[in-house]
Amino acid sequence: MIPFTRVTGVAAPLPTPNIDTDVIMPKQFLKRIDREGLAIGAFHDLRFDQSGQTRPDFVLNTAPYDKATFLVCGDNFGCGSSREYAVWGLLQLGIRAIIAPSISGIFFGNCEKNGLLALTLPKEEVDQLMADATDPETCQMTIDLDTQTIMTGATKLTFDINPTRKQLLLSGADHIQSTLDQSAAIAEFEARQVVRRPWLWARH
Amino acid sequence: MPLTLYEKLVNQHTVARIDDEHVLLYVDFHIMNEYTSPQAFAGLHAADRAVWRPEAHLAVVDHVNPTRPIADLSEIEDEGGRLQIETLSENCERHGITLFDLFDPRQGIEHVVVPENGFAWPGMVIACGDSHTTTYGAFGALAFGIGTSEIEHVLATQTLAYKVLKPMQVRVDGPLPLGVSAKDIVMSFVEKVGAAGASGYAVEFTGTTINALSVEARMTLCNMAVEAGARAAVIAPDQKVYDYLSGLPHAPAGDDFRLAKADWKMLQSDLGACFARRVSIAASSIAPLVTWGTSPDQCQPITSSVPVPQNQADQRALDYMGLKAGQSLSAIDIDRAFIGSCTNARIEDLRKAAYILGGQKVADGVTAIVVPGSKQVRKAAEDEGLDQIFKNAGFEWRGSGCSMCLAMNDDVAADGERCASSTNRNFEGRQGRGARTHLMSPEMVAAAAVRGTLTDVRDFLEPRK
Ligand code: SF4
Repeated sequence: MIPFTRVTGVAAPLPTPNIDTDVIMPKQFLKRIDREGLAIGAFHDLRFDQSGQTRPDFVLNTAPYDKATFLVCGDNFGCGSSREYAVWGLLQLGIRAIIAPSISGIFFGNCEKNGLLALTLPKEEVDQLMADATDPETCQMTIDLDTQTIMTGATKLTFDINPTRKQLLLSGADHIQSTLDQSAAIAEFEARQVVRRPWLWARH
Repeated sequence: MPLTLYEKLVNQHTVARIDDEHVLLYVDFHIMNEYTSPQAFAGLHAADRAVWRPEAHLAVVDHVNPTRPIADLSEIEDEGGRLQIETLSENCERHGITLFDLFDPRQGIEHVVVPENGFAWPGMVIACGDSHTTTYGAFGALAFGIGTSEIEHVLATQTLAYKVLKPMQVRVDGPLPLGVSAKDIVMSFVEKVGAAGASGYAVEFTGTTINALSVEARMTLCNMAVEAGARAAVIAPDQKVYDYLSGLPHAPAGDDFRLAKADWKMLQSDLGACFARRVSIAASSIAPLVTWGTSPDQCQPITSSVPVPQNQADQRALDYMGLKAGQSLSAIDIDRAFIGSCTNARIEDLRKAAYILGGQKVADGVTAIVVPGSKQVRKAAEDEGLDQIFKNAGFEWRGSGCSMCLAMNDDVAADGERCASSTNRNFEGRQGRGARTHLMSPEMVAAAAVRGTLTDVRDFLEPRK
């Protein structure tokens, strides 16, 4: 997983609520067994029309947002299907953080596992960042995870983050290894469960 | 301290506390499909890790397969889909994981297959790389969708680093009015709280209406709770659940069943348990619903009109759907009717739709298909003669899978086509690029197919006025 420490880039505004993972990564890109080649799929049907032409009305097709590093989004971003392809595609497109008033649960977890910083902030703060992102003069943003600060051309604010998450994101640690380090505790849990709820262990 | 059912389930499966918000949660059972699992296995192999407990997993092919009959995999024209099916089979073989492949008589949509074979029980934690895993909450299990990295995590450790949710109680009381189903209950819940209204919450459905529902109807309810953002939905198990499970191939049997039942009886929220939020719905206030927009919370009674847009998102939804404010919902013409999906393709759903279709014909110009949730559902329906009713009415009678619920196979609605659908998501492009989806109960889909427009199913249940 790529560590997230301090990242600077352009923030793009995506104010529409309920942007679902079917929109973030349409189904035609899901027929694979690897994680590669998904940048083209990210927001595909918003970026390209039926004939494959770039749609000039979509924000990520216009400068400076065509090089966006951050997305400032509406409510419930990433709702819908559990497809992690959506997160892989965003990362491959160069997106490193998503900021929204609310982010769907499974998508949020998927972000975290891949080093994509998912931040939910109070509505007023997102509104402010949305305004900053909408103005090309102020859309440059820096997120410093260590000091938990977001700076734009016009705003500086701090955010809360769960310390365990922060540590994993900063270090880019292997989540599975962290859990496997607790193998003994898992085995003990299993031994207790076998006694307490044996039917869960009978082969049916 | 009095606890909610959800809290009990979490406590019973906590291996260790991680911090104030997270626990390391033990997963009793894990289900995989062909499209969200390949990269998880690839990750496992790259790190040279073993599967912690191979017998605690089940794999099912359901998302990409065609629903027209094929004799073997080489008939699948879509190379990517075929590769995913083959890869799943190789991975299961390599790790000793049970697979219901495309030609297995138990194959079907994972969330239909798992309960009907008795894999989902009260008191279990069940995870699956699919958001509608909440379905098994109908049994009093804590069940939720996960992403591919988490699939890899479960394979390697049989646990997940789990963010504990806040409990929400949703009470539904009173008898259901004629023509109103579990689908309408859950759609009205989603409409009431909004598409993110239960985000961060685990919903517990309770009340006299819920008690009166069949286990299958409860599955419909829990299945679609995720459309309000709930990452878990539970219903306290009762006699109906025990009766449902008894005798199923993979449910506990004999002494195990008796022991388990004694334990399952404690799986309910204690008196005085604290819910972070309570919502209450009177069953009598629910009417048959249809969605008019591109988010499941954009729904209204079939007797009403397309609403006036309140914001840009509403306007965008109406533009996509090709609708205008004030248009009567029951005057909207459809091109397609689809009965299927893990929400509404169980035998009870097919019976209800067939009841509406008896002696009727699908309207001219409407393409109608029914995709039973599993091969077992399909067979049961054929044994009852339901397939004949569907076929006589002009529906295509297909094989099982997710099909046009997400259109990853060749069942796709064309740009601009309007579909009455018993599925769970009306997102832009979900059933095909530019396709327009209206969600409703399967009996409402049947009524719409016959009339050729969105239709109040009660017209088929009451004497015509
Ligand atoms: S039927 Fe639809 S919602 Fe259910 S698992 Fe398949 S694609 Fe997902």
